[in-house]
Amino acid sequence: MQLSIKVEWRREQFLLKVAEQFEMTGVTALFGRSGCGKTSLLRVIAGLDRVRGAEVVLGESVWQQGSAFKPTEQRRLGLVFQEHSLLPHLDVTENLLYGYKRTRPEHRRQHPEQVFSRLELEPLLGRRIDQLSGGQRQRVSLGRALLTSPDLLLLDEPLAALDTQSKRDILPFLLDVTRDSEVPVILVTHSPDEVQRLADRVVFMDQGRVIRTLAIEQAMADPASPLFADEGPASILRGTLNEADASGLRTFTTDKISLLVRAGSARSGEARVRVLARDVSVALDDPGRISIRNQLRATIVASTPIADQQQLLTAQLADGQALQIEVTAWSAERLGLNVGTEIWALVKSVALME
Amino acid sequence: MLGLSPEDWQAIELTLRLCLYTTLILLLLATPIAWWLASGRSWLRTLVQSVVALPLVLPPTVLGFYLLIVLGPLGPIGATLEQMGLNHLAFSFEGILLASVIYSMPFAVQPLHEAFSTLGRRPSEVASSLGAGPIDRFFSVILPLTRGGFIVAATLTFAHTIGEFGVILMLGGSIPGETRVLSVLIYDHAESMNYAAAHRLSAMLLIFAFVVLFVVYAFNRRFRTVRF
Repeated sequence: MQLSIKVEWRREQFLLKVAEQFEMTGVTALFGRSGCGKTSLLRVIAGLDRVRGAEVVLGESVWQQGSAFKPTEQRRLGLVFQEHSLLPHLDVTENLLYGYKRTRPEHRRQHPEQVFSRLELEPLLGRRIDQLSGGQRQRVSLGRALLTSPDLLLLDEPLAALDTQSKRDILPFLLDVTRDSEVPVILVTHSPDEVQRLADRVVFMDQGRVIRTLAIEQAMADPASPLFADEGPASILRGTLNEADASGLRTFTTDKISLLVRAGSARSGEARVRVLARDVSVALDDPGRISIRNQLRATIVASTPIADQQQLLTAQLADGQALQIEVTAWSAERLGLNVGTEIWALVKSVALME
Repeated sequence: MLGLSPEDWQAIELTLRLCLYTTLILLLLATPIAWWLASGRSWLRTLVQSVVALPLVLPPTVLGFYLLIVLGPLGPIGATLEQMGLNHLAFSFEGILLASVIYSMPFAVQPLHEAFSTLGRRPSEVASSLGAGPIDRFFSVILPLTRGGFIVAATLTFAHTIGEFGVILMLGGSIPGETRVLSVLIYDHAESMNYAAAHRLSAMLLIFAFVVLFVVYAFNRRFRTVRF
């Protein structure tokens, strides 16, 4: 399914000008600084702002085109806002069912029992809104949106207003919903961390325009990517988190590679790990007796100089995924690390993204 | 009862009828106006806002005078009605009802405007994203969340209409059962030196007005804490 959107919207000093087609599978992140127009774009998609001449078409359904305009309530979408937006005169259960009751029975794919248990909402049912924490409120908002069985789920900075603890509370649920629900998601965010955790596709926005749209792997392959503000280049690997073995160790595997991870009690199943480029070292021979246990065979496919006499290597792993490696230019030259060189990548630290 | 004469009772009944009709009509009229005023900023809105607020600053006699001219037998509206075989509106209950609606308009519009502005657009946006159409949104979200504003608007409108005098005297005169409301009757009693009768009605109105204001302020305090 594709979302095609065309909009030219001038407001005082600001011009939002977008004409794009987005593939609507998995999670598409609209990423950019605050004020870049990502929330405005979301509001046009949702129909909350009616911009003359705009076009919004999702798959077969025309939401806006020419003089045709479907109001928000007729677009089959779910919305989660940044700040808490539960209806204060209704309790948790009434909030959750507000949209469900207004969804035609033939459209209902999500049902209360399954959503309640998936988001662990049972203990909250019947509570008053002011008795919930920030994270719980967002969890209820998410459940409420899901219960309308939307064709598209729009999340407008759903974590931005939360403290670290609340974020940690809701992230597993957000991951769960976005990963294996059939609903495509558009996530508005300015946080590289959220993009790395959740996105399959990144739409980079700046000053009211879409700069480029990249798959997350491509977005992560660019050493100058704005996604690397704090900790430098990194790679995202997708695979499966397995249950702990007899010795208590847990592995993250794809069809050809296996990594030991510290995962605590994280839910097993589909997962992502992040490996910082500076946490990977290179050996040309099987290192054998060495304390680093995560060792992966790889082939260098790209080599780019970056700041401070450092070289960023992109290596292809046995399963085809890319791993970024940061070495000093001196090491790269001394070891002859060129495109095509086969190496052992020694991974010092793997962070499970949960 | 209470030492009131039949003509006093007639005036009380007439006044209550006028206030009730005025309040009902104004709630229906003021809700969309206030919603529109609260939903953005434009020159047209400022213009409408100023017109609605005019009765707050104009002497009631000015309003009454122009209404008399417009609604009377020779005025544009009054003459049209006469031509259609109907009666003109000066010196009639319908006339003072229309005058009351105009005169009390700011007391209905302003509390609702305030309530809608405080509420903001978000609750309505949330409801529409959950599939609620405009009418549904109004009754399931906006009305419950601005109940305080509606109570204040209704009470102030009702009370303010009771207090009308100048407009009614100009436009309606003092026809028993048709336009002689309490305030006019008190004036008539005082004019004819019947101070005891004037006193009874005046004291009643004084107490009523105080109770109404007390209730309004109590509600205001309670509802100000309900924010989205």
